[in-house]
Amino acid sequence: MKIVVCVKRVPSTDSRIKIAADGTSLDTSSIEWILSPYDEFALETALRIKDAATDTEVVVLCLGPSDATKELRTCLALGADRAIHLEDDGASRHDAQVTSGLLAEAIAAEAPELVLCGKLAADSDQGQVGLLLSYRLGFPCVTEARELTAADGKVTAKRAAGGGTSEIWELPLPALVTITKGEHEPRYASLKGIMAAKKKPIDASDVSAPAETLRVTLMELPAERQAGRIVGEGAEAVGELVRLLREEAKVI
Amino acid sequence: MAGEILVVADQTDGTVKRPSLEAMTAGATLAAAHGCGTLAVVAGPGAADAAAALGTHGAAAVVTLDVDTADRAAWAEAVAGVVSERKPAAVILAHTAVGKELGPRLAGLLEAPLASDCIALEAEGGALIARRPVFAGKALVSVTGTGEVLIATVRPNAFAAKENAAAGTVEAGTVAPATRGLGAVLKEILASAEKKIELTEAGIVVSGGRGLKGPEHFGMIEDLASALGAAVGASRAVVDAGWRPHSEQVGQTGKTVSPQLYIAVAISGAIQHLAGMRTSKYIVAINKDAEAPIFKLADYGIVGDAFEVVPRLTEAVIALKAQG
Ligand SMILES: Cc1cc2nc3c(=O)[nH]c(=O)nc-3n(C[C@H](O)[C@H](O)[C@H](O)COP(=O)(O)OP(=O)(O)OC[C@H]3O[C@@H](n4cnc5c(N)ncnc54)[C@H](O)[C@@H]3O)c2cc1C
Ligand SMILES: Nc1ncnc2c1ncn2[C@@H]1O[C@H](COP(=O)(O)O)[C@@H](O)[C@H]1O
Repeated sequence: MKIVVCVKRVPSTDSRIKIAADGTSLDTSSIEWILSPYDEFALETALRIKDAATDTEVVVLCLGPSDATKELRTCLALGADRAIHLEDDGASRHDAQVTSGLLAEAIAAEAPELVLCGKLAADSDQGQVGLLLSYRLGFPCVTEARELTAADGKVTAKRAAGGGTSEIWELPLPALVTITKGEHEPRYASLKGIMAAKKKPIDASDVSAPAETLRVTLMELPAERQAGRIVGEGAEAVGELVRLLREEAKVI
Repeated sequence: MAGEILVVADQTDGTVKRPSLEAMTAGATLAAAHGCGTLAVVAGPGAADAAAALGTHGAAAVVTLDVDTADRAAWAEAVAGVVSERKPAAVILAHTAVGKELGPRLAGLLEAPLASDCIALEAEGGALIARRPVFAGKALVSVTGTGEVLIATVRPNAFAAKENAAAGTVEAGTVAPATRGLGAVLKEILASAEKKIELTEAGIVVSGGRGLKGPEHFGMIEDLASALGAAVGASRAVVDAGWRPHSEQVGQTGKTVSPQLYIAVAISGAIQHLAGMRTSKYIVAINKDAEAPIFKLADYGIVGDAFEVVPRLTEAVIALKAQG
């Protein structure tokens, strides 16, 4: 089985965010980049399928600036077989329609049985690209799967449906599944994996994006929250806290 | 005359979900600013009963759809049919488990832009502007669609649900058989023993952190939550330790919550945790370390031992509720 995993590089979760001079984008000058956390889970899910069925090929696909090669090498070191890099320095500014259009073209050319995405990218925080891809490719889609197994031409996905219930879905292949955190932590790269990654192919090509459908007119920092107030110390402060919550905040 | 603002509502047995009423009010407010009409679309058994509540929350007309809402692909297609027919300027949904799925499906079917998890909607010189957090709330963007329709999901608790006297008219919409996005089959639903309040929709959230020292001490968090009618949340440290399920994790790699009241118990306030709760209306922190970063964000803090403070707080809340 061939699996394509869509991976994005995003600012590390502890980055300080600064706005660029254009007022509509991120100042990337001092950003450290990581693989988007849910994409790590998506890759781990693919690698576990490969662990169980060794004739599985795992291809990672990234639409990103040329220096995203580093994140792709990391994926190869973890066990992906090869990488496709759609090089585009403007990638982080694309809306989900544009991104999914460019990714869908590359995926269609690969004709995989399974496509995995993260449930949400840790920069855009939008959670759209997976479902949009499924419509472009004509694949059935289940979102936010915690667990995924593949057998007999289909995949079975377990997802949390809110309010404490879980759902088990079965999808015929080809299919697309978006992945959230499940039981299994992403693995670490071994030294052997890192050495092997140097020889694995990264197929890079330039892409040019079509017109945007969603335009960012302003990027700004949120208003700082008012500095906090210490109501008091220990259990004696509870009475005053309850009074404030009822009379000042009016939330209880 | 600009196209209408269309709101896609979610209901069960005739009762509209609260986040959908918020979306309806947000839609009606936007329509008033934009100078256009409002329309609501509601589906499934009980849709006709739900229509009345949508009317009193600002829908001038309500279209009911007879479609199986458990089948999100079919539901999305039925709504897309209404959108193609009515050509609204905007389609608004609540950013709930349902809206998170319906929104992108609609965007996929209509090839339209979608602004996810918005915290404000504005009309500015004929254009519709949506404001939404990015980078886990560390920045905000204002976005506008470049096409005919803009789809937006709105964050629960970010907009108030308000009643408005005028009730709308109700009409039954037509549903064509679904053709796309099919093939996924729901095999099984594993319901939890008790029906929990959905974390992302709760008006109050009580979260516990590593300072509680073990899963056995979450009983006091659950007691406080139940006294307040709140949902229970957790920090990642607690989830990674296996004390609580990931579905309760608040933060950058968990859920984003924005309740009226967020109570953080024995949570230090790491940046990735703050990312998931910083837009809460009021934040209370209970922590024995006066230097914990959570106090910088908390509206009200108590420096103290959770094991003493929390049970006392629960008692006080129960006493308060008993007074009415
Ligand atoms: C990529 C990435 C993603 C992450 N995503 C998330 C996320 O989604 N959500 C998240 O929460 N974290 C996330 N983290 C982890 C985050 O950095 C912190 O490690 C975590 O939030 C700490 O959890 P905590 O506050 O419960 O524990 P600690 O930081 O250990 O804090 C425990 C607190 O309890 C207090 N305490 C101890 N005993 C008592 C007592 N008896 N009474 C009162 N107070 C007491 C202590 O003073 C301390 O402040 C992420 C990290 C990374 C790198
Ligand atoms: N530029 C990109 N390159 C590769 N995959 C992407 C890209 N953008 C989004 N994705 C995938 O789509 C998922 C959801 O992204 P988003 O809709 O932006 O939240 C991510 O977790 C990735 O799996």
